[in-house]
Amino acid sequence: MSAPIDVHSAAAEQAHDIAVARKDILRIATAGSVDDGKSTLIGRLLFDSKAVFEDQYEAVERASAGGDYVNLALLTDGLRAEREQGITIDVAYRYFATPRRTFILADTPGHVQYTRNMVTGASTADLAIVLVDARKGLVEQSRRHAFLASLLRVPHLVVAVNKMDLVDWSEEVYERIRDEFTAFTTKLSIPDLTVVPISALHGDNVVLRSANTPWYEGPSLLHHLEHVHVASDRNLVDTRFPVQYVIRPQSDAHHDYRGYAGTVASGVLRAGDEVLVLPSGLTTTIAGIDGPRGPVEEAFAPMSVTVRLADDLDVSRGDLICRPGNVPQATQDLDALVCWMTDEPLRPRQRLVVKHTTRTVRAMVKELTYRLDVNTLHRDLEAGELGLNDIGRVRLRTTQPLFTDDYNRNRVTGRFILVDESTNATVGAGMLPPHR
Amino acid sequence: MTTPDYRLTQLETLEAESIHVIREVAAELERPVLLFSGGKDSIVMLELARKAFAPARIPFPVMHVDTGLNFPDVLEFRDKRVAELGVQLIVASVPEAMAAGLVKEEPNGSRNRIQTPVLLDAVEQHGFTALFGGARRDEDKARAKERVFSFRDEFGQWDPKNQRPELWDLYNGRIHLGESIRVFPLSNWTELDVWQYIARDEIAIPPLYLAEEREVVERQGMLYAVNEFIRPREGEQPFRETVRYRTVGDANLTAAVRSRARTVEEVIAEIAVTRMTERGATRGDDKVSDAAMEDRKKEGYF
Repeated sequence: MSAPIDVHSAAAEQAHDIAVARKDILRIATAGSVDDGKSTLIGRLLFDSKAVFEDQYEAVERASAGGDYVNLALLTDGLRAEREQGITIDVAYRYFATPRRTFILADTPGHVQYTRNMVTGASTADLAIVLVDARKGLVEQSRRHAFLASLLRVPHLVVAVNKMDLVDWSEEVYERIRDEFTAFTTKLSIPDLTVVPISALHGDNVVLRSANTPWYEGPSLLHHLEHVHVASDRNLVDTRFPVQYVIRPQSDAHHDYRGYAGTVASGVLRAGDEVLVLPSGLTTTIAGIDGPRGPVEEAFAPMSVTVRLADDLDVSRGDLICRPGNVPQATQDLDALVCWMTDEPLRPRQRLVVKHTTRTVRAMVKELTYRLDVNTLHRDLEAGELGLNDIGRVRLRTTQPLFTDDYNRNRVTGRFILVDESTNATVGAGMLPPHR
Repeated sequence: MTTPDYRLTQLETLEAESIHVIREVAAELERPVLLFSGGKDSIVMLELARKAFAPARIPFPVMHVDTGLNFPDVLEFRDKRVAELGVQLIVASVPEAMAAGLVKEEPNGSRNRIQTPVLLDAVEQHGFTALFGGARRDEDKARAKERVFSFRDEFGQWDPKNQRPELWDLYNGRIHLGESIRVFPLSNWTELDVWQYIARDEIAIPPLYLAEEREVVERQGMLYAVNEFIRPREGEQPFRETVRYRTVGDANLTAAVRSRARTVEEVIAEIAVTRMTERGATRGDDKVSDAAMEDRKKEGYF
């Protein structure tokens, strides 16, 4: 049984600094093939950044009894079936923090259902870590992971060349993998690529720079995660505010209050701004903006606010507020890259439900333009359907207009999900590429 | 001219994300209910719900699954908070369900498992389609895998191998009759975030969370306050100790921790340096097996 905690010790003060200094959040998605050591790497990051508590560690120690070392992978593979099979089944989210930053890590499995799970994990990520086994080099899956990160517009990509201890810390091996990867990514749109040689098992270059790689001059993995600049990844130019919920108190105190609640997708809203409401096309001005703790002068992504308008317009959920000179495209024809996520294939003439921002409409698949081979990036123009984990270019016709931007420019208004109306399952994810 | 920063703090980001989730549920699901126990997580959840709809009232009721073993302090707090906000409180009572023969007391005295049928029964009676829970992914390995919108079948069961993909913040709340969605707006919060949020907005909490001298007994390495549910057993010598609670579950099972934290700020300082999870430190019933939480969740537990 523990004594009361001394919050004035040096260690305590450092930990307290971590707690209070946290300014921003970095969302990470990890990807790696089976046995690349991804769970070990995550276990190492959690353990070395002291995000693992004593009781959790003891449980892992008990569970890995009999092995040569404490199996840090058990910190993350928590479900019964995962332990039985030694694999990761589904995306799991982990949390750790350092004095500079808080991290939300989407741990995505490299197993059979790779694409769908990685797309899920990468959808919210600022940064993706792709693990490569130094002994195997750049394999098909590494290319696929990099492609998916680029498809999802994850702005930062880190390639962690793992198991460097098993190739005698060879600079040559590292450089070969780095060069091969760099060459491959020139075909993709990856704005920021970093390659780090590591040993997840022993902790080399994970938190601290390792003496085993004197030839490597870059930062440790954690140092990079702490310092990568993400503030400029957001779109502060195109004002987009999808209306999520209409607030009408109908009470004596707020008799005339009518507010449009929602999350700012991009751009900045200010009290006094002239705005245009879609689909009506009517213009008015912003009378005021209410944040969670009262009125605010301006709102930007990803704030959840309530906007009051100067005129009494008919505005409801699914409408979109923007600026008159900068309007998204209103369209019933979506030409999108779709990742298909269910066994029952996507086929032309199929009917689906599209959820785009706060708007849900029905749609029909007009055409499957091509299916993309995610390993070679080859386009199969003859494909008749998309199967589970396939990605393809699809044309959809919706029953009502959606207010869209290119996914490149706006990750919120350029994306949607597809839902099967009979099973209610989420069956696909879509992104709107630039029109050509 | 200086360029504005246009960055949110960590708490502001989490707050915005949670409010988005709460509004999405209110907009898309017919009959939501918020599970409210008077514990710190559900207090924060209720506060976020208040902010999501202000100046209007919260547009759904709150429900408490009362095991009959709650700390009186916490029940008092629950009733007071509900009255202040003008929301409807539904109490699903485990003792009543036991009297009616729906569930039986388990030999170890834990009502953790038998809460589940009582919850599911109340959900069916009231026709709730969405249930807000205060669970956080940092609490347990099984919870780390849970979606923000977690689909449950007509038996309230969770199937970890067959979850709906959850992309961006586009949540899918479509269900068939009898099915429901468990919603976890605090998914991405940690224990520390919850406390810092309570401190930032000066949110009221039951006094149990702050250190005070209490009469305790030591049982299997944990300190339990002597109360109407915990009586010293043979060979146990009650003594006075300054303790507080990190979680408030059932009074017969929730242990206190030695602490000097008499204010929320001091609690934060302690949480920042603690090397034990809140459950490991205070819950006797989670030690049953390594997958105890997963097993309970599959049956319909939160």
